[in-house]
Amino acid sequence: MSVAVEARGWWGRWRAENQGLIEEWRRSLYRFRQSRLSVLGVAIIIFLLFVAFTGRYWVPYPDDAGFTTHVEIRLQGPSRDNLFGTDEYGRDVFTRTVWATQTSLIAGTVIVLVGGFIGIILGGIAGYFGGRVSEVIMRLTDIMLAMPGIFLALAITAALGPSILHAMLALSITWWPGYCRLVQAQVLSVREEDYVEAARGIGASRPRIIFNHILPNCLSAIMVKASMDFGFAVLSLAALGFIGVGAQPPVPEWGAMISKGREFLPYGWWYSTFPGIAMFLTVFGFNILGDGFRDVLDPRARR
Amino acid sequence: MGLRYYLLRRLLLIIPVLIGLSIVTFVISHMIPGDPISLAAGPQATAEQILKLQEEFGVDKPLPMQYLTYMKGVLRGNLGTSMMNRHPVSMDLRRYFPATLELVLVSTVLGVIIGVPMAMAAAVFRDRWPDQVSRIVALSSISMPVFWLGMILQLVLGMTWHLLPISGRFDPRVPFPPNVTGMLLVDSLLAADLESFRIALKYMALPAFCQALFGIALITRLLRADILEVMQRDFVVMARASGLPERVILFKYVLKNALIATVAMLGFLFGWQLSGSVMIETVFDWPGVGLYAVKSAMTLDFQPIMGITLFVGLLFTIVNLLVDISYGVIDPRIRYG
Repeated sequence: MSVAVEARGWWGRWRAENQGLIEEWRRSLYRFRQSRLSVLGVAIIIFLLFVAFTGRYWVPYPDDAGFTTHVEIRLQGPSRDNLFGTDEYGRDVFTRTVWATQTSLIAGTVIVLVGGFIGIILGGIAGYFGGRVSEVIMRLTDIMLAMPGIFLALAITAALGPSILHAMLALSITWWPGYCRLVQAQVLSVREEDYVEAARGIGASRPRIIFNHILPNCLSAIMVKASMDFGFAVLSLAALGFIGVGAQPPVPEWGAMISKGREFLPYGWWYSTFPGIAMFLTVFGFNILGDGFRDVLDPRARR
Repeated sequence: MGLRYYLLRRLLLIIPVLIGLSIVTFVISHMIPGDPISLAAGPQATAEQILKLQEEFGVDKPLPMQYLTYMKGVLRGNLGTSMMNRHPVSMDLRRYFPATLELVLVSTVLGVIIGVPMAMAAAVFRDRWPDQVSRIVALSSISMPVFWLGMILQLVLGMTWHLLPISGRFDPRVPFPPNVTGMLLVDSLLAADLESFRIALKYMALPAFCQALFGIALITRLLRADILEVMQRDFVVMARASGLPERVILFKYVLKNALIATVAMLGFLFGWQLSGSVMIETVFDWPGVGLYAVKSAMTLDFQPIMGITLFVGLLFTIVNLLVDISYGVIDPRIRYG
């Protein structure tokens, strides 16, 4: 297989220089597309991203995302005007469900990024330097892991005062130990590889070795965990919202909407049902994407 | 380096974890910006009353002193007192924990009963429809917001069809079985009271099913992968070549080896379900530790929050220790070190 690429323009030159990389991506993409479920995951996520970032421009009643009241149409079932019905203030549940997509996606991203960042840094340090530093970090990780996360998150959010920002903060704080342990174990195994030894031999600096040689080789394991984690982050945030320590009214958030809608059961079934379906779809999309990622990135799991 | 040495070392390691945990929870519960004392005293409290309460709960002393006082109590089994209902936290925990334990145990059993056959079917019929179905079931179960699913089940099975009770642990119109373990299913069996057992089971059904979903998914996916891996090992090929029936190979050779990782995961599952109990107990008004935690958190009642956190952390650590020990029982090849 010969790919004669004419090195014309930056694009052509880039392709010529990175043939190996492109080939690798192409193979990964192929493997990924083999699994129909993962493709479905990508489709769901693209759809969600579209809804999240354009939703506010096409929802039928943008004002309903805040505090508005239309008493005359309160708690109406699904109709042509209100696809998902209306809530106790007569606000359109469809508008609020769509609006909440952005909240959840951003919150999930922040939690996984912040938690992952702290975990990767601490795990990288513990794995690379070893000794007493590692001992301290890993014992701290053990303590955090000994604690079922939601109890801790609940305590933190309660202490800081209920709000969606505090819920995100609490979840980020409880999120890192998993990454720390994962990265530490990965770094420990990669650290002894020949190419790291070689880099050390030619006098590469420590940050260079860690960031250019070790961490990129731990990346696939981190990616798999992060994509699987994203759904859980969205779920956890909604759980805190459901309990009442997360998003506060009038912010549209799925967990809080479901919790509020419970008060109007069995009559107002639509109030909690639709936000729940939206949430299930989101988490499901990210989980099957993560599953597909794992098949591509983790050769051990590929059977 | 026998089992005794290993056990001793692991038990000693619990101490620093516990100390760390207590510090973490102590710090968290003391960064409360609101003033729980005046909240507990009520809006009409005089300055004098507030001062008296502050003295009673020792919050007028510096933080390190408060911590030492608290830990002295913890070592004597005293986890402090709730500001809201004035009960000792340890007493409330003793009352609520059996309900949570019962829920977690039943849902773990449910997870194993459903998860193991599903994993086996998926592995045996790999890439055919049982495999696809189990994969989709597992992925949907972990993606399901359980508090939402619980609510939908309450709506359909409870409110619409009146098949199952929607909340609580037991029928309030029926006398409870005599309290022995605090777990209603066990107590009613001990009292040979089948009617109570049936009622308790009905109340248990929905919460346990919702709680079990995650375990079902986890066991199905993990065990499937392990079975597939073990199936390729030499001894299985050998057994097959010797003409042993597939059934014998699957149960006696493959499953026995593949289950090791699943057992190891039960500790993790236990911790996860303790976490999950917060949501499930809120939805089903199940009077357990999770609901207790939510109520305490909502009222900024920090002694119970700390007590619960410590208790759950200790429990989780002990369960993980038990799981590690059980490895050796299932798999004699493993040496403790």
